[in-house]
Amino acid sequence: MPETLVDVDSVTFSYGRRPVLKGITMRVPRGKVVAIMGGSGCGKTTLLRLISGQLRPTGGAVKIAGESVHGLDREGLYRMRRRMSMLFQYGALFTDLTVFENVAFPLREHTGLPEGMIRDLVLMKLEAVGMRGARRLLPAELSGGMARRVALARAVVLDPMLVLYDEPFAGLDPIALAVIGQLVRRLNDALGATSIVVSHDVNECLEIVDYLYFVSEGRIAGEGTPEEVRASTDPFVRQFVHGETDGPVPFHYSARPYAADVGLAVRGANG
Amino acid sequence: MERTTIDLWFGAFVAAGFAALLVLAFKVGNLGTERAAKTYRVEVRFDNIGGLKVRGPVRSAGVLVGRVEEIHFDNERFQAAVSLALDQRYAFPKDTTAAILTSGLLGETYVGLEAGGEDKKLADGDRIQIAQSAVVLEKLIGQFLFSKAQDDAPAKK
Amino acid sequence: MVERVRRSLLRLGRNFIDGIWRMGVMARFFGLVVAASGTSAHRFRLVMREVYFTGVLSLIIIIVSGLFVGMVLGLQGYQTLQRYGATESIGVLVSLSLVRELGPVVAALLFASRAGSAITAEIGLMKTTEQLTAMDMMAVSPMARVIAPRFWAGVISMPILALLFSSMGIFGGYIIGVVVIGVDNGAFWSQMQAAVDFRYDVLNGLVKAFVFGIAVSVIATFEGFDAPPTAEGVSRATTRTVVTSALVILILDLVLTAFMLRDDG
Repeated sequence: MPETLVDVDSVTFSYGRRPVLKGITMRVPRGKVVAIMGGSGCGKTTLLRLISGQLRPTGGAVKIAGESVHGLDREGLYRMRRRMSMLFQYGALFTDLTVFENVAFPLREHTGLPEGMIRDLVLMKLEAVGMRGARRLLPAELSGGMARRVALARAVVLDPMLVLYDEPFAGLDPIALAVIGQLVRRLNDALGATSIVVSHDVNECLEIVDYLYFVSEGRIAGEGTPEEVRASTDPFVRQFVHGETDGPVPFHYSARPYAADVGLAVRGANG
Repeated sequence: MERTTIDLWFGAFVAAGFAALLVLAFKVGNLGTERAAKTYRVEVRFDNIGGLKVRGPVRSAGVLVGRVEEIHFDNERFQAAVSLALDQRYAFPKDTTAAILTSGLLGETYVGLEAGGEDKKLADGDRIQIAQSAVVLEKLIGQFLFSKAQDDAPAKK
Repeated sequence: MVERVRRSLLRLGRNFIDGIWRMGVMARFFGLVVAASGTSAHRFRLVMREVYFTGVLSLIIIIVSGLFVGMVLGLQGYQTLQRYGATESIGVLVSLSLVRELGPVVAALLFASRAGSAITAEIGLMKTTEQLTAMDMMAVSPMARVIAPRFWAGVISMPILALLFSSMGIFGGYIIGVVVIGVDNGAFWSQMQAAVDFRYDVLNGLVKAFVFGIAVSVIATFEGFDAPPTAEGVSRATTRTVVTSALVILILDLVLTAFMLRDDG
């Protein structure tokens, strides 16, 4: 068992009075790709923001490489963030910069490297995601999948130890989806990084990750390696993996009985 | 956007702003005509300054020779003490007289200087001794009506 | 009826408290921007780039509006002044109105609607598309890298635009007064020079423009930064930038004018 890089210890969080996370504990070993899965709005993106220090938990602690994320001041947090990066749902490329400048941005901000070396590094990363030919284009000229590949190149340009992916597969066609999936895996192994993928695309995740956590209603509802998950008999995991419409996650938003709402119950009582 | 293009535009923009400031200062404003000249201060007391303002013009023979620099009330003599900043190019005799005048019926109030005949000139910090106060329109009308009434009075009897 | 009055009073009170609260938040934001300005100073190119987008691209509207405002002032002034046989004073009227009031105020209003709204929309969109968060995650402070350069660009551009507006306006007045109506050229300029004081008129106007520049820039960047990350949120924030800026400009103008006239003696 390799050492733990990210250690999430019984973290709770609430927006105002609405609790979102009710005690999440998970461990991400160094060098692995771990997925956090769950339905829309279950708090998995919130969890990612807690790990990256954008949000502060109401309880519990997050440690990265043994250092508590939320005990750091702003400078400490920025120092830690230089060694991690995040891929956003829609790439979040800077719309006023070209593809090349987008990827060069972290280098220009954080290193005093000469122009020639920046160029080599950027082209190397763009080559890795297959976007070297698009370096002069603006983000507006790219398709969703291509934009995400560029964003991926930008995320790994400083060779981070930890990469966080927020819904990397959302809104992609099957080919682009497979491409991104393969890139996530390949870059992780090539850079010796550790990745956390937040997604609801269970099939793609089962293909590429080492371990999965299922989050439902603010709690860990299941976990395991892809093999364990596929064979799982846990009702929630089964429902999620096989995409059944009803189960522990009900089809209906909680409501009064339908009969009462349309007035049938009342008439039934009378007649 | 190319770097050099931005540099160029930025430079042109700032230069245009600076040029506009120069135009406003020298062509529109008075920086070119006045600030260059050195001035000396002369004091003068008036019983009434009417509508005279700080920075109001000081003219002699209709020519602008200085500006009103300061106005305050002299609480011992109950008069207005006005100090004038006069252009050093113009020297006035010691017995010059000052008057509060108005250009036209509705024009601005200014200090008019009328040169005397003495040889000695006014120097910095001197006082102009003879001063004629502002003509107050209400007083003038009052006097006119009063004298008119006096004229009419015997005729009625 | 009573219920409706009660409710509208309640809303009025809430809006008032909201406004005060917002003012406090904005003041704090202003402090943060100034504190994050180090990057703008030692990487001045970031500011220059924004000066291009806020200042240079506002040039057309400023120059054209200035010209027309000056021409209208010339025409109106002529109508009034000729009754007193004082048409030579047309230059005085045009230049004093422009340099003291209309230059800074109208330029600031135009600046708020042309550049201020653009700044708000841009920052709001960057927030909506998570570009600001992405920057923050790259350990680059959006405050220093995005907000502060735009703020300083506004502060730099505004006085320049006001100066250009006034100059163009006076040129417009000159066209109407001297070229079209035929007022004596010499009298036009010399009367103007006698009446316009550099320190009390031109510099005070510049101070106003500078203060308006700070106000509009803070409002525009704040509204963008504070916008809810939705299309509707951004469009509302943009509207609010223009409305708030206009109100603040006019209120500040009154306050500044009162102060300036006071030490005028």
